[in-house]
Amino acid sequence: MSAVVQYAVQGLAAGSFYALAALGLAVIFGVLGVVNFAHGAFYMLGAVATAVLLDTLDLTLWWSLLVVPVLMFGFGVVVELLLVQWLLRLDPLYNLLLTFGLTLVLVELVKQRYGVSGLPYRLPGGLQGRVDLSGVVLPRYQLFVLLFSVAVCVLVWLVMTRTRIGMIVRAATEKPELARALGINVGRWVTPVFGFGVALAGLAGVLAAPFRAITAEMGNNFAIILFAVVVIGGLGSIVGAVVAGFLVGLVEAFGQAYAPTFAQILIFVLMALVILIRPAGLFGRQEATT
Amino acid sequence: MESKRKWACASALTVTMLLSACGGGGPGSSGGDFTGDKLVLAVLNDQSGIYKDASGPNSVKAVKMAVADYQNKYGDKAVVTKIEVTSTDHQNKPDIANTKAAELYERGGADVILDVPTSSAALAVANQAKNHKKLFLDVSAATTALTGAQCNKYTFQWAYNTYLLANGTGATVTRNGGKKWTIIYPDYEFGQNMTKSFTDAVTKAGGTVQETIPTPFPNENFATFLTKAGSGNPDVIGTMQAGGDLINLVKQFNESGLKDKGVELAVGLMLINDIHSLGVEQFAGTLFTDPWYWNQDPEARAWADRFLAETGARPSFEHAGNYSAALQYLEAVQAAGTDDADKVVANLEGKKVNDVFLRNGEIRATDHSVVHDANLARVKKPADVKEDWDYEEIVAKIPAAEGFPPAEASGCSMKP
Repeated sequence: MSAVVQYAVQGLAAGSFYALAALGLAVIFGVLGVVNFAHGAFYMLGAVATAVLLDTLDLTLWWSLLVVPVLMFGFGVVVELLLVQWLLRLDPLYNLLLTFGLTLVLVELVKQRYGVSGLPYRLPGGLQGRVDLSGVVLPRYQLFVLLFSVAVCVLVWLVMTRTRIGMIVRAATEKPELARALGINVGRWVTPVFGFGVALAGLAGVLAAPFRAITAEMGNNFAIILFAVVVIGGLGSIVGAVVAGFLVGLVEAFGQAYAPTFAQILIFVLMALVILIRPAGLFGRQEATT
Repeated sequence: MESKRKWACASALTVTMLLSACGGGGPGSSGGDFTGDKLVLAVLNDQSGIYKDASGPNSVKAVKMAVADYQNKYGDKAVVTKIEVTSTDHQNKPDIANTKAAELYERGGADVILDVPTSSAALAVANQAKNHKKLFLDVSAATTALTGAQCNKYTFQWAYNTYLLANGTGATVTRNGGKKWTIIYPDYEFGQNMTKSFTDAVTKAGGTVQETIPTPFPNENFATFLTKAGSGNPDVIGTMQAGGDLINLVKQFNESGLKDKGVELAVGLMLINDIHSLGVEQFAGTLFTDPWYWNQDPEARAWADRFLAETGARPSFEHAGNYSAALQYLEAVQAAGTDDADKVVANLEGKKVNDVFLRNGEIRATDHSVVHDANLARVKKPADVKEDWDYEEIVAKIPAAEGFPPAEASGCSMKP
């Protein structure tokens, strides 16, 4: 029994990364209609920045959790202004290619500067060790990651549902034509929303730094799973991205535990099933299918 | 597969015919005993991916150091004056390695291909070496198949293999009391071969392997694999992961608390670059087999100093292995007086060698495994590190006879 609980928590902790990053991907797709292929690279940059900040300025994880998303927001804004916005009027394929190319450039730049074997990172003392919850022993950091991401997701949800900005973004995400028809200037929100999505990917990268290998390539495999997450949740659906993120984490963990050979395939089996049964994803707008 | 091979043979044939039709440099057409009047050493390895730091561009520099040493040693007496070193990226992909190797032998004028990490890629190159009757000195790939079931006359395995890693680490850890093992391995040629070698070595040393867990490759999340492995209460978890995957696994192992439960982590294949990138702290105390360590003796250190001046980093055993392979190849060419592959092979076979990398080395004629003394190493504690790259304490020498499988047992048959 305790093993099952342990697997579940590990799955949810792994799912936290997917949920945070997929949330950013969903918001960007919703408002800009851009399938951001560079999301894995932004996640990687978040982790690399965390390691570099510790090494050069001695910024601990706590500071990085604040500073890196802000830096990544700025980086996202620059990328949007310099590159993405010029292609928005064209076929979405152009931005897909642009962000894909951007990934290659960013990965190679990091390789040039920091090599391929990765960067060292140590966990702050307070997050080391284990917690014993009536027989279920869990690494403290995993619990922290889980609670922290749930808190961020709830916060984002509150902003989305309770504030004017949130409502505009939601309207622009879910019914862009209607939002424009009602006189909402969606365009004004495009740049900050892109930055926000990038910041969320960076935040997932910060959380990953202490227990994943920090390498230029760390985002590649992550991005592939991330797209499965977004498809399962429904492209552009904010709730869907979060729920699917945690769901994929669970599938991965239980797959690893009970069918290790199929652990990664199971995620894509799930994706295929979702596409077959609900082509627009679990939380996607179903009218798209008819 | 079959048709692909036929196609490759056909294109090789066409190219050869075209060349001779044009009267261009067919073998021995000009300049006596050297094709095209020069010797070409082609390094084929990972120039951009996960194994770049462990070997990559710095292995090319190591090979160039060997060429310089050869030229200094023989001066005017060198049988060949023009020596080229080329480098090609195979991206760790067997299909790319296969095409590039064919290209290098056919059009690149390569007399020998060196390095080639990633076992599946190395096996593809070995096959090309056999078809083209040109040399292939493998340094960085570990599968025993290169000198076993898939051995051939033109392929040599210079530095190590999975049997050495297993008998160094697996057997020693078992004898020291780690009787019950669980093995986690990446599910491809290298991981499977390692798992088999470790299982044999652990069993022979009186231990048992109670579970083997395959994982995807590459993979970031090992948390649940580790929990599953820990649930069987093993004494040792053996990981066959390499590169970035290994770093992921070690970080998550340290975090999992298995250490506090008395579970030891034994690493199948680790390079000094892995320790360098993750920091000694994370690896401290881990036992592993290192075929060669830069600070193992004064001779190694002297060469490592030159390498540091050249590259800004200390060499891994793969860098030193490439230097040694290139140097011994050049010595064999010098002795043969030609780049003719059959004559060079005859000069290499059975030779006993000592150089910067090889201690009590022997280039075995029976299976083309280059056997030599290796080290069992332990990662130092941060407090014991005295200088940059000072990460390893040599716990024991593994004599060549113990570290490598007996030639009769290799399953190699050189007949074409």
